[in-house]
Amino acid sequence: MYDVVIIGAGVVGSCIARELSRYELSICLLDKEWDVASGTSKGNSAIVHAGYDAKPGTLQARLNVKGNELMEQWCTELDVPFKRVGSLLLAFNDDDMGELYKLMEQGRTNGVPELRIIYKDELHTMEHHISGDAIAALYAPTAGVVCPYELTIAAAENAVINGADIRLGQTVQSIMRDSDSFEVVTTEHTIRARYVIDAAGVYADDIASMIGDNSFKITPRKGEYCILDKAKGYLAKHVIFQPPTAMGKGVLVTPTVDGNILVGPNAHDVNDKEDMATTAEGLQEIMDTARKSVPAVSERDVITSFAGLRAVSGDDFVIKPSDVDSRFIIVGGICSPGLTSAPAIALMVTEFLHQAGLIIDAKADYNPIRKGIPRFREMNEDERRRLIAMDPAFGRVICRCETVTEGEIIEAVNRPIPAVTLDAIKRRARAGMGRCQSGFCTPRVMEIISKQKGIPVDGITKKGGRSIVLTGVVQKGDAYDDRT
Amino acid sequence: MTTRNITCILCPQGCNLEVTVDGDSVIQVKGNACGKGKSYGAEECLDPRRVVTSSVKVIGGEYPLVSVKTAAPVPKAAIWDCIRAINAASVNAPVSIGQVIIENVAGTGIDVIATRNVAKSDDIVKEKICI
Amino acid sequence: MIEHDVVVIGGGPAGLAAAVAARQAGAEDVCIIERDKRLGGILQQCIHNGFGLHIFEEELTGPEYAQRFIDMARQWGVHSMLDTMVLDITPDRMITVVNNRDGLQTIKAGAVVLAMGCRERSRGALNIPGTRPAGIFTAGTAQRFVNMEGFMPGNQIVVLGSGDIGLIMARRLTLEGADVKMVCEIMPYSSGLKRNIVQCLDDFGIPLRMNHTVTEIHGKERIEGVIIAAVDQNRKPIAGSEEYVPCDTLLLSVGLIPENELSRSAGIQLNPITGGPVVDESMQTSIPGIFACGNVVHVNDLVDNVSTESAIAGKAAAMYDLGMFDESKAGIKVKAGPGVRYIVPNAINLTRVDDAVTLYFRVDNVYEGAVLRVSTDKSILFNIKKKIMVPGEMQHIKLKKSFLGKQGDISDIVVEVAGEAN
Repeated sequence: MYDVVIIGAGVVGSCIARELSRYELSICLLDKEWDVASGTSKGNSAIVHAGYDAKPGTLQARLNVKGNELMEQWCTELDVPFKRVGSLLLAFNDDDMGELYKLMEQGRTNGVPELRIIYKDELHTMEHHISGDAIAALYAPTAGVVCPYELTIAAAENAVINGADIRLGQTVQSIMRDSDSFEVVTTEHTIRARYVIDAAGVYADDIASMIGDNSFKITPRKGEYCILDKAKGYLAKHVIFQPPTAMGKGVLVTPTVDGNILVGPNAHDVNDKEDMATTAEGLQEIMDTARKSVPAVSERDVITSFAGLRAVSGDDFVIKPSDVDSRFIIVGGICSPGLTSAPAIALMVTEFLHQAGLIIDAKADYNPIRKGIPRFREMNEDERRRLIAMDPAFGRVICRCETVTEGEIIEAVNRPIPAVTLDAIKRRARAGMGRCQSGFCTPRVMEIISKQKGIPVDGITKKGGRSIVLTGVVQKGDAYDDRT
Repeated sequence: MTTRNITCILCPQGCNLEVTVDGDSVIQVKGNACGKGKSYGAEECLDPRRVVTSSVKVIGGEYPLVSVKTAAPVPKAAIWDCIRAINAASVNAPVSIGQVIIENVAGTGIDVIATRNVAKSDDIVKEKICI
Repeated sequence: MIEHDVVVIGGGPAGLAAAVAARQAGAEDVCIIERDKRLGGILQQCIHNGFGLHIFEEELTGPEYAQRFIDMARQWGVHSMLDTMVLDITPDRMITVVNNRDGLQTIKAGAVVLAMGCRERSRGALNIPGTRPAGIFTAGTAQRFVNMEGFMPGNQIVVLGSGDIGLIMARRLTLEGADVKMVCEIMPYSSGLKRNIVQCLDDFGIPLRMNHTVTEIHGKERIEGVIIAAVDQNRKPIAGSEEYVPCDTLLLSVGLIPENELSRSAGIQLNPITGGPVVDESMQTSIPGIFACGNVVHVNDLVDNVSTESAIAGKAAAMYDLGMFDESKAGIKVKAGPGVRYIVPNAINLTRVDDAVTLYFRVDNVYEGAVLRVSTDKSILFNIKKKIMVPGEMQHIKLKKSFLGKQGDISDIVVEVAGEAN
């Protein structure tokens, strides 16, 4: 019996798991996919918002500003790259200017520091490649960029280090409850827990309805993105927004923490909660719209594209103990600024559990520090020498586009949450994230996973489940099946 | 008498050849830019041949497979018989380039030979720096 | 710090030929740096035949062709560092390398030859929409799995792009028992060699769908099918022509891109069309003492051409190191005129030419019965009537030094197609 089971190992679920792991509690983090950060947390804008967008008094407004404040400490403790690059919301005409003033006021009410409007000269000095049509911008120095799946992985790993269990690749099928506990039935196990946290992203409403709570509904809203080659990293220094629309914050152009340029998203409501397919029209739409801000954005520089689903439920987050059973905490409708808010949401949920009567004693040996995988590519010569002296595997480059070494991949395979799929390795060590998109390193990464974990090469998957990479061995000789 | 259109493959030019055949003899080749093209056209119609390349299982080698080829072109009609023989074969390491792997493959009178060296797995010098 | 007379970056066909030529030209200490565990580069996985007709006058497979040059390199005492990655090159030829034996090292080179080859365009670069399942490979990656590692990438295969590797892999996978459903080519013509279309597709009844592309990928975990569609003259899919093709694998053979990240960081000037360094007749880049050859300069069809061109680079690098390289500026600019997409080299210094200089270029469309015109800023040099020219087949023209010497003080040579595209 667990004290708490968290359904959904996205950024929200993982941050909650981390925060709860500082107390004497038994925790289980559960996800239907084969890695953490496999849903919305891997397909979003990777922005730490300043906090001027949300209406004052909403959960979004409060948690955004609080989350922004917390982000630096969380990222330092978890060894996750976070850059406070600042954001610029562009204005192209007088209507936009009105919007800028309105949002600046709203931001100030929400408690966003240092907001100011900058005009053409200063704006174009700050960003050399934005459109000449931009006349001014709302400058928010506290906005930043973070890698959302790195934050999720780091938080989940830290939770595991501090004693949390993690169960991946199991879908919740039903939830029973009685007076002292819940029985969460998955495709693999039955998990008993005293408290349930529903952080299931686009499925949060379906999970809540399993205990009869139909108080909210999630509409998946798809957003598509393109990533540009690092060679074009100079195109944007800040997060560059266009004036928001009813459907969201509009198409942005932003640097990523890794030095690429991210372009997107559009916003289209969809019915299918698994529909993460990109469309020709969608990709065209975001590239065309992005050129309004940064005209030099070009299809030629795209190295990959992806789509994610925002979990939208009305105008605000839905974070509350369920009316059906107060031991069931709903964390739903976490669309933008969900990533920014995640640490603050974790604190809020902890407070709910406190109020709900779960005894909370601090763990004596809680360790808030999680050390990430060394990043050879970002090191100077001395650091590289020291690393290789420690383990020669850090001297062997496997992914040449991103300069990822064998040592980094071996470490990813052997982390607290082991990476045994190509996508999991990619998200942890960046092997295959570069311009060749894994053409060269795939065979070598598979060889390393195979050797480290004793899995046959043709048993390795891209992302778990039935996503096998190779369909078998070539049929040669008699009994030609003894190679792995 | 029949006329066949085939693409000459001898050089990047890729002439479109028109070959007129009567039974076992070629009456005429048209469209060729050179003499070689003429004989290619005739041969491709009367006795088309291909070099078959594939790989054979290696036992105890540094690599699981050794690449192989037919030492000369085999009749096109025999390609699949050659492949079946190649897929059924295996060879012990070490293997050296040119080594005969299958004699007289599929009764064509032509051997299958190795096109790469494969050392024994225990012979590999692990820290090899210089060739 | 380690010092070498000539350092060759890349141990594929280009690097091997350059290294051998550098030794032959008198450089004593020539070292190849190769990131793989063995020399030979991509040839090691190209187990099909058709290599070497020009250089060795016989038909070899890739590994055989590579072995001939590896043997020559051994005979000439070329050194090599295998399983070693070059991290950086400076304009004054300091090279930072890393491997798991010696860690990080700096090498000072008398001259450098860049021979890093090229990479394949990926799905991301094409931006094919749809899901992101397993089962999408570039043709070269699939080739490595099948020929080197002995694994099948899939069983029901659609190939996008009729580049040579795609055609070769269509046959290869057919022979290994897979069902290759079709090859789609967005252009009205194939970029592959005629010989490969005949022997890899026609022989096995694999359809080649010209003017078709893949417009969408289906399948959540493993690819389950693709939508293909006919395209119009602007290569845009024609609405209503979509067709669903079930498959478990999509192979991409949609072009190669010279790998010039090192060149770029060294500050070498690149040609925006080829993506490779701008070079002169000696294959010298914009930085003196740094030469480049093979697919890192421009993507070749025939390895024989790579070897020939690389020997020029290797020899020039040796001369540079020995102080025997005439460092005066290349006075003649070589330009791609109408109908010519790009040309290599981009400049000629006649004093450095031994006997003749060969210009390699590609036309931008299919031309039948057109005329290639070579002219200078002063006059038309000559016209060559060509039966057929296609972008997929590289053209070359040899210009004798004695002939060019007679043209007086020329500043430009222009190659153009005089005639209509098909």
